[in-house]
Amino acid sequence: MLRKINRDRFYSILLISPSIILIALFVYGFIAWSIWVSFSNWEGLRPDLTFRGVQNFVRLFSNPRFHIDIRNTIVFTVFFLTACIGLGLTLAVVIDQRIRGENFFRSLFLFPMAVSFIVTGVVWRWMLAPGDPATGRLTGVNILLDKINLPPLKWYTDPTVIHISANSQLGQLLDSVGLGFIANPLYGIPVAMISIVIAATWQMSGFVMAMYLAGLRGIPEELREAARVDGANEGQVYRHIVLPMLRPVTLSAVIILGHISLKIFDLVAAMSKRGPGFATDVPAYFMFETTFHANNFAQGAAISIFMLVTVSLLIIPYLIYSSRTDSEI
Amino acid sequence: MKSTGKSVLISRDKKNIGPGFFQTTRWLIRKLPRLSSRISLYLILLVASAFYLTPIYVLLVTGIKSYAEASLDLMWQLPSAPSLESFRDAFKSLQPHFKNSLMLTVPAAILSTILGSVNGYILSKWRFRFSEIIFPLILFGMFIPYQSILIPLVQTLQSITNTALAMGYPRELLWLLPGYGSIAGLGFVHIVYGIPITTLIFRNYYAAVPGELVDAAKIDGAGLMGIYRWVLLPLSMPAFAVGLIWQFTSIWNEFLFAVILTQNPAVRPVTVALYNLAGSYIVEWNVQMAGALLAALPTLLVYIFLGRFFIRGLLAGSLKG
Repeated sequence: MLRKINRDRFYSILLISPSIILIALFVYGFIAWSIWVSFSNWEGLRPDLTFRGVQNFVRLFSNPRFHIDIRNTIVFTVFFLTACIGLGLTLAVVIDQRIRGENFFRSLFLFPMAVSFIVTGVVWRWMLAPGDPATGRLTGVNILLDKINLPPLKWYTDPTVIHISANSQLGQLLDSVGLGFIANPLYGIPVAMISIVIAATWQMSGFVMAMYLAGLRGIPEELREAARVDGANEGQVYRHIVLPMLRPVTLSAVIILGHISLKIFDLVAAMSKRGPGFATDVPAYFMFETTFHANNFAQGAAISIFMLVTVSLLIIPYLIYSSRTDSEI
Repeated sequence: MKSTGKSVLISRDKKNIGPGFFQTTRWLIRKLPRLSSRISLYLILLVASAFYLTPIYVLLVTGIKSYAEASLDLMWQLPSAPSLESFRDAFKSLQPHFKNSLMLTVPAAILSTILGSVNGYILSKWRFRFSEIIFPLILFGMFIPYQSILIPLVQTLQSITNTALAMGYPRELLWLLPGYGSIAGLGFVHIVYGIPITTLIFRNYYAAVPGELVDAAKIDGAGLMGIYRWVLLPLSMPAFAVGLIWQFTSIWNEFLFAVILTQNPAVRPVTVALYNLAGSYIVEWNVQMAGALLAALPTLLVYIFLGRFFIRGLLAGSLKG
């Protein structure tokens, strides 16, 4: 029998090895290969893997388009996370109040997750079509804004970057303490990005709601009941019992949404591409154009490795944390 | 509601039985905040529903408008004479790509789910040296930005195709070869990069199966395959549903691999076809909207009828399934 178990042990490893080999090759091997390309001279259709060194990265980090991309990614991440977590948590708490038609609302808020980013991008592109400000032509959501007496917006075609002006009092104050560089569009908020955030929030907030709802359902009712017996009102029950217990869910949501926003590509490609003055450009789209339109593979690989590093900084600690808490069970 | 009953009890204990008028006002004062908070809850749900449904309204309404009525200026108006023209035109240009998407998605979803089941079984019930390290290493593969493997992937698939052709592989069977620019190649890529999520779904599922069941089967003489066949597989149907539905949805909706690996228009799946349709200046926007709805329909139907399993896949992806 022992021999049989040993034989089975051997076969078990044999059975899982195709997957391990595929992952080793297609994930880790290819990453190593990409790193190699990012240090190479490959600029053109013909592969040239001769060593160039860090120059591709030096050139990338001095590229103004890349600076704008980093700004856009930060702006997108901050707004997207805030909107998704705010909306997701609100809806989860509301649905948790023993609402009539609970299943209906939950399914309704979550259905955009089943739809492709390309579909979302196409639909929101037309809904947020800016019309024509010159002729006063109103289209899409702008018609609705006009009905409630709000001015039409240019949405994803808006080149405006909200930033601190160097001539303003705040700008001069910053300058006097040596922070004058902040009074620059590079440290501003590109208005066009908000349109992408709206579409992405439409798609992903239901997911956050589902995560919070699962977390809320995991909190034993006795705990809340005990707090109520102690005289806490519903608001206090939430502030002191429920919300603190949802912190791990928030952490998961921040990491999942955060790594999605670092990689965001489909939605931008379908909705606005680079946008006016690169207002909606992101590293993934930059990489796509650089590699597959301009055939600058070395530069494209450098962008992709930058993306990999940022995602890894977020995901690796999370994986370690998850596998530790997992093994305790 | 439980707490409502309690508050009535408390008020009785305190002997708040006064004249009817005072009782009613007291009741109102007590109930009004709760009533208004209930109303505001439904108000929030109503506003949120409007937000989530608006794109669907626009998709549907635009889809059934005739060309004459499909103007961006009249986006919110219902059509006076509904017509299926735009759906017909959208379907005409997307139809071959639907076939591609199906040929891509169904086999890839099935194969990657089977792989996930085997991996999950071994990683949960046949732990070996380093298996605790290998699992997170596999999982990492589902978080990476695929851009960081894209260039080697294209090169590898191209060289598979070229090598096969050089070795006399018949050109008319290229669609079967997991190489560059074929549906089989794209499917192969989805299977490989689907391993992490399907393995995760099944490992977590099998981890909840008591070890005693496995031990009992071992004592009864069942081996590696016997335990899988007779103990775990009969329990696995929900996990298979989650894995299959998750993979079906994500492969159907995927864009990056599809747009890079299918240069040949004939093999493009529907997401890429829709992207090109939407990027074309000659295609009317109502046709684009109808196309978007058509492209979303299969996964939406899966969601409507099997949403339960989809949500479980979704939560499994956040690692805390």
